[in-house]
Amino acid sequence: MNVHTLSVLVENRSGVLSRVAGMFSRRGFNIESLAVGTCEVPEMSRITITVHGDDTRIEQVKKQLNKLIDVIKVSDITYHEHVRRELALIKVVANPGSTRAEVMQIADTFRAQIIDVGSKTLILQVVGPPEKIDALEKLLRQYGVKELVRTGTIAVLRGSKTTAGE
Amino acid sequence: MKTGAKILIEGLLRQGVTTIFGYPGGVVLPIYDELYDSPLRHILVRHEQAAAHAADGYARASGKTGVCLATSGPGACNLVTGIATAFMDSIPMVALTGQVPTALLGNDAFQESDITGITMPVTKHSYLVKRTEDIDTVLGEAFHIAGTGRQGPVLIDLPKDVVTNEAPDPVPQKEISLRGYNPTFKGHPRQIEKALSMIAEAERPVIYAGGGVIASDASPELIRFAEMTGIPVTTTLMGIGAIPCDHPLNLGMLGMHGTRYANYAITECDLLITIGARFDDRVTGRVQSFAPNARIIHIDIDPAEIGKSKMVDLPIVGDSRHVLTCMLDRLTGTTDRSLWNEKINHWKVEYPMACPDDGVLRPQLVIKTLSDLLDGEGIIVSEVGQNQMWTAQQFCFKHPRTWITSGGLGTMGYGLPAAMGAHFARPDPPVFDIAGDGSIQMNIQEFGTIVQYDIPVKVVILNNMYLGMVRQWQELFYDRRYSYTELPSVDFVGIAAAYGIDGMRVDSADQVKEALSAAIDTEGPFVLDFRVEREENVFPMVPAGAAINEMIGGEKK
Ligand SMILES: Cc1ncc(C[n+]2csc(CCOP(=O)(O)OP(=O)(O)O)c2C)c(N)n1
Ligand SMILES: [Mg+2]
Repeated sequence: MNVHTLSVLVENRSGVLSRVAGMFSRRGFNIESLAVGTCEVPEMSRITITVHGDDTRIEQVKKQLNKLIDVIKVSDITYHEHVRRELALIKVVANPGSTRAEVMQIADTFRAQIIDVGSKTLILQVVGPPEKIDALEKLLRQYGVKELVRTGTIAVLRGSKTTAGE
Repeated sequence: MKTGAKILIEGLLRQGVTTIFGYPGGVVLPIYDELYDSPLRHILVRHEQAAAHAADGYARASGKTGVCLATSGPGACNLVTGIATAFMDSIPMVALTGQVPTALLGNDAFQESDITGITMPVTKHSYLVKRTEDIDTVLGEAFHIAGTGRQGPVLIDLPKDVVTNEAPDPVPQKEISLRGYNPTFKGHPRQIEKALSMIAEAERPVIYAGGGVIASDASPELIRFAEMTGIPVTTTLMGIGAIPCDHPLNLGMLGMHGTRYANYAITECDLLITIGARFDDRVTGRVQSFAPNARIIHIDIDPAEIGKSKMVDLPIVGDSRHVLTCMLDRLTGTTDRSLWNEKINHWKVEYPMACPDDGVLRPQLVIKTLSDLLDGEGIIVSEVGQNQMWTAQQFCFKHPRTWITSGGLGTMGYGLPAAMGAHFARPDPPVFDIAGDGSIQMNIQEFGTIVQYDIPVKVVILNNMYLGMVRQWQELFYDRRYSYTELPSVDFVGIAAAYGIDGMRVDSADQVKEALSAAIDTEGPFVLDFRVEREENVFPMVPAGAAINEMIGGEKK
């Protein structure tokens, strides 16, 4: 069992996301995370999918993705040098005079930014590989995480190579 | 400028479509108005499900893409089973549906249903057309997608305003190219080379051929390849007809209700050459025990089928016909396989797929007699259940595209409408629908269509007054507890008569030949109600979860 990172170029058309998501659920593939947005080519989008599975299963995922007409290219970048990033917004209980200072210190260690200061809470914005966000989340749990929002992982190959192939 | 409806109908004609199957309704009125004086022939069915099955039967009999048309909401929803049936068997089809006007989309408007959403898992692709000027392009793409690569159904949803509005005359399309769709047609030469050396080394090879061979019209190449290499061929339910039943190298069907000799050959072979087949569970039984001693070559147009259910040693992605042609070109000399073929012939003699002949009106006898009378000519369509399996076992098919059945989905009610479609694709050969008493009642309303267009389909009902295949499982695995599988007697001849179709009821074995001859000699449609032995079972049978050589029934005499 491995976590694979797939970078998928698709037509920027309505319905594409539901085709991709529908294929995953229909065939019982578990999506760990999925992030979609426009990309360097105007009429295309890029979807980054992280998915769990052994090699045969991942092979099936890739082939089934490729079968979708609106999918232009599937790149498994797991074994290529790449950078992965995710952004999270975490609303954590941090009462002044009580735990606020500690929370701010943790934020500092993780290079998380404090983007909102409430009377009883702070909102932290953190960017990094998903493991880093997991670690921060775990630490903050003891103070009380009121809300947590994650974007899903996005990834890009290092160097001048691109998943579009040029 | 032209209306969307006109662009659509002209586009269909330009695609070479001559016949479509459909049912009208509110939002498709503009399309129907255009059909009114169009050279495009429209067949009015009695239920949209039948329109989809008829388009499917048309496609299977001809190799061309079948077309069906339905209105929005209930009409479109009624197509779903037919689309799913075509999808499971990789049949090229374009389904056209009306949709509420674009301004009302998503508003729960009258007769609105999200048909592209509903059919997403059972279509190869689908379109919701939002602009009149896109109709022609979409149509071209849809036919391209449906008919190439691994074929399948494509749905085009057409909102009412899109077909009513006008757009400039479409400029004839050039070659269609879709950047997300480039099916591999040619097999890789190096893989083909490797396959040939594996074949040369093999002592006990078997070819396992499926619907892909029929879809790519590779039957002549398959037969030549088998003959040149001396390799016996077993076919799946979908591959029947790829090699004549009476060919010395033919092993018949394999799998759950396959011949003992095919299943034994698979179990003992040292090389399995899979062509256009997909290791379906009804074929493999317990998949770990399928071809346990063999290296496996898998030729398929769909890369996703490689390694999906069974790991293979050598994949070749490409069109069956193209790959077989390449292999034939490179064949040098043959290997002596007489020992292996002798062993197989021994099994054939020892465990024949026999037809009981004991004076009792048994369903197998009906099929066997029909087979003898037609001598392999004619198109045989089936419903689903025991009737389907007995036909697959007993009818001697001699040509591809003469056996039309719902394999992957196993759709009861498929046969009668598919037979109608097959007739419009190929009007000359006689078309028979082999039916069960349960299945025929799932689309029996199509008697109306048959009469209206004088479609000479002969319906052979193997009437056991049971949902026989389910009853068989209850008998064997549920202690004979026949829970909701008994059907009361129905006067099928009377129903046929009410529609204006001739028919005959048959109660004894000695009437079988005469009755079938009467049907063959009738010019128009005919319905035969055979009151067969009620608790006859389909044997041999591989119980669920068993290995395919662990069969019950059809033992040594
Ligand atoms: C639409 C549909 N519903 C249910 C089934 C499950 N099923 C498979 S075979 C069968 C019995 C078919 O009965 P009949 O048409 O009389 O054929 P027989 O097996 O008796 O020859 C049933 C209910 C099915 N295949 N399709
Ligand atoms: Mg029955």
